[in-house]
Amino acid sequence: MIRISGLCKTFGSARVLSGLDAEVSAGKIVALLGASGSGKSTLLRCLNGLETFDSGVLEVAGFALSPGKHDEPTLQALRAQVGMVFQEFHLFAHLSVLDNVTLAPRIAQCVAREKAEAHARELLAQVGLEGRAQAMPRELSGGQKQRVAIARALAQGVRVLLLDEPTSALDPELREEVREVLRRVARGAHQETKASSGTSGLTILLVTHEHELAHELADEIWTLDAGKIVKRAAPARS
Amino acid sequence: MVTSRRVRAWAIFCVVLVPLLLVALGPSVAQANWAEVRVRGELAWGGDLQGGEPYVYESPTEPGKIIGFEVDIADALAKELGVRAKFRQNDWSNLIPSLERGDFDLILNGLEATPARRSRLRLSQPYFVYGETLAVRKGSPLHTLDELTGRSVGTLNQTVAQELLTAHHADVALYEGQQEPYMDLANGRIEAVLLDHVIADRYGCSLPALACVPQDLARGSYVIGMRPADSELAEHVDAALTTLIARGDLRRILEHWNLWDARQDELAARSAEAAKAEANAPKSSNAAKPKLTPSQVGLFFQGALITILISVCAFAIALPVGVVLAVVRSHAGRFARALATAYVEVLRGTPVLLQLYVLYYGLSSFVRLSPIVAAVLGLGLNYAAYEAEVHRGALAALPRGQAEAASSLGLSRLQVLRHVLLPQSLRIALPALTNDFVALLKDSSLVSVITVVELTKRMTIVAVEARDWVVPGLLCAALYFAMSFPLSRLSLWLEARYQST
Repeated sequence: MIRISGLCKTFGSARVLSGLDAEVSAGKIVALLGASGSGKSTLLRCLNGLETFDSGVLEVAGFALSPGKHDEPTLQALRAQVGMVFQEFHLFAHLSVLDNVTLAPRIAQCVAREKAEAHARELLAQVGLEGRAQAMPRELSGGQKQRVAIARALAQGVRVLLLDEPTSALDPELREEVREVLRRVARGAHQETKASSGTSGLTILLVTHEHELAHELADEIWTLDAGKIVKRAAPARS
Repeated sequence: MVTSRRVRAWAIFCVVLVPLLLVALGPSVAQANWAEVRVRGELAWGGDLQGGEPYVYESPTEPGKIIGFEVDIADALAKELGVRAKFRQNDWSNLIPSLERGDFDLILNGLEATPARRSRLRLSQPYFVYGETLAVRKGSPLHTLDELTGRSVGTLNQTVAQELLTAHHADVALYEGQQEPYMDLANGRIEAVLLDHVIADRYGCSLPALACVPQDLARGSYVIGMRPADSELAEHVDAALTTLIARGDLRRILEHWNLWDARQDELAARSAEAAKAEANAPKSSNAAKPKLTPSQVGLFFQGALITILISVCAFAIALPVGVVLAVVRSHAGRFARALATAYVEVLRGTPVLLQLYVLYYGLSSFVRLSPIVAAVLGLGLNYAAYEAEVHRGALAALPRGQAEAASSLGLSRLQVLRHVLLPQSLRIALPALTNDFVALLKDSSLVSVITVVELTKRMTIVAVEARDWVVPGLLCAALYFAMSFPLSRLSLWLEARYQST
């Protein structure tokens, strides 16, 4: 599902990714650990084209990305398959919860409003927010916002979900509700993979500082340092 | 709550109107009687340099030097009176109120003798006889006043020609300078121009596309205007004029300026007539000022409607053009960005008055815009530059993550703008937009330079006719306030609504 080879990226004189190689097969969950500045977030942003890179090859959900500027149609098609959740949620402040979730299906995929809304309500139920469909983002707690952001990222039926420190911006007491949602999404991904042997379930890349969460959810744990994967390990589940 | 709100509205009202009242009732008129003029050793005369050649104008060869046949007459007159002549620049259509305020001792600038002026001012004997000359495009059948009914005819504000045209129910277009009406006539925007032969000869009849009707449609005389109270000064001025005429000095001056013609034979007869008329003229005191008539008040509302129409249409251009410019400046490629930046800098960096002139007169040989269209387009394109900056600022104020999150969902750049960025930036821009619209409402008064009679122009016309700046000024202020105040309330309400939803 994801193939990375020789990925290099510099910001000015700072080398952020230096010849990174990795592969993730469909339906797997990978957690990325590492100190700040080790390149975790940049790798994630390269995977859905928010960052360009200098050299190497990327293959994500069947799309090949090459160094330099990406062309817009490829990016749009890729992003319809690759969802992203940001540390700071980035909900659209002028749209209700429901409209946040249905915007991309309606606008980018041309799904009819009723159909998009029905699907959005299912997703909101999955993240435990079925009652807040009409709320505006500013009325929600940080944890609720992040749960909406997860529903929004999943709304287009993506095959890959990129989670960039989804709990870091939250107060400790709000993290558990997001963790719970992540557990549910991960469980769903695994079940889907087993059920449909042949086709595959959701592939997830999770950047986090929460070691416990990483070990709980992931099939594989990568540790990054100075733009390279320095350790790949199976999770230590208690 | 309701009462405090009402109190606040009244407070705003007072803040707006009280200073206006104070200015209107301001310093009283300084009377200049004959003795004072002599002590001063200086005769201050008012005129308008914009009136141009050959009346009073700046010498093209010696910048700063003022010349013209009226300058020579003023100098000769002052010499006769044993004092120096001192020119005071004043907008022509406001010469009379300025004289009444005491800004100068007399008006000497193509002031036509009319019964209305005679009842308001002390008029001297005539120093020049003029004919009303009708200029038309070559081949036009128009050549009498009666044929001008319903036709669009250009002239200058506060002239006898304007009165004649109004009396004959012509569709009068009022200009600020002498050259513009003839340009518009040549371009086909109007059908005729009626003005004094002095102006017609210099600015109109010589244009290749135009022809002047050889007979004068009316005759009248230029006189010197003084305050009725300054009767001693007036007598000395009349005596001096008589001497200048008798000695042939006036004729020499007029000949020097190529103005001496058969019309001037009437000077003597007109002098006698003028003396009789002046002796019998009832001088109205300030107490007997003409009141605002209901029809004048009606014209005020018409002016306000035109102000609203122009402002709303101009803003309907400025807003979308501004948004497009802002988007181009913040999202497009280098070349398009440079073009948009150039547009903003040029339109913002030059006076809107100049832009209106260029659009209306400068481009008239390529596109002949009607005054209203030119006004709307000029103001709209100018304000677009300001709106572009407002929207650019609002777009920049949005968190970066909004655009990133939207593109990470697979929206195209246009979709990101249309569905995520602009709906939010417009809300941020709302207070600034209201501010600009209120400014535009008032800037729309500038379009009077291209013959549109909107609220402010209407006020100045009525104020001069009614000899009163207080009531027309207050009415004008009240109308502007009535237009802008609801807007700022609406904007506050919208802001509150966006906050709460």
